[in-house]
Amino acid sequence: MAKPRIKVPKKASAGDVIKIKALVSHTMESGQRKDKEGNVIPQKIINKFECTFNGTSVFGCDIDPAVSANPFLEFRAKVAESGTFKFMWTDDDGSVIEAEKSIEVS
Amino acid sequence: MNLNRRKLLVRTLGTIGLLGTSKVFATAEDVDAAIKAIAGDAEVTQGALTLNAPEIAENGNSVPISVSVDGEISDDSYVESVTIFADGNPRPEVITFNFTPLSGEAFAATRMRLAKTQNVIAVAKLSDGTVLSDTRNVKVTIGGCGG
Repeated sequence: MAKPRIKVPKKASAGDVIKIKALVSHTMESGQRKDKEGNVIPQKIINKFECTFNGTSVFGCDIDPAVSANPFLEFRAKVAESGTFKFMWTDDDGSVIEAEKSIEVS
Repeated sequence: MNLNRRKLLVRTLGTIGLLGTSKVFATAEDVDAAIKAIAGDAEVTQGALTLNAPEIAENGNSVPISVSVDGEISDDSYVESVTIFADGNPRPEVITFNFTPLSGEAFAATRMRLAKTQNVIAVAKLSDGTVLSDTRNVKVTIGGCGG
């Protein structure tokens, strides 16, 4: 399964709004393309992304085929305490790619 | 008689042609309907929402875009969602960003596909029911939907 690449600062001060960047390798087959025989290649994309911090939802998105291959997302999060960010990408076939990143908040 | 028949033929073909294209690509009307579904009865204004997209995208396969809504975020007042539409793609929906008070700042960025030169539209829904919208026209040199 594709390995996600995630950027979260290692340290922050309480109350800081931090930048998070997340990218996962995925073809994001749009369902619009055709193969050599002219058959439509069926859609297979990541349709959902979720990010939680210590179990509370921070950011999420519902994704349609118009998002590029290897979907890249950048967003912000406000941190009040040390903890762990959890990232989840859901594929059309139901499989889920998961990753975690910890942050130390002083 | 002959002329009439020809006219009829041309018109019929024209209609079929129009129906054909509207099936392949989304139209501005599709996007308007989708925005109405989000906004309901609320008035759509531009306000504090900014959509950033390049004026010219050389490669329609990967067009960087970002959205941001200015203003303080608190537990009672925050941006619920920002949805991106593209009115010239096969399907107008692109992505919906769902924010929470923990987002800290209503900012999100991604990369999207654009089939041809068209308008990219962002629609933001705030927790108090306000609906904001912003539009950018992006010129696409090479379309990004494959053949």
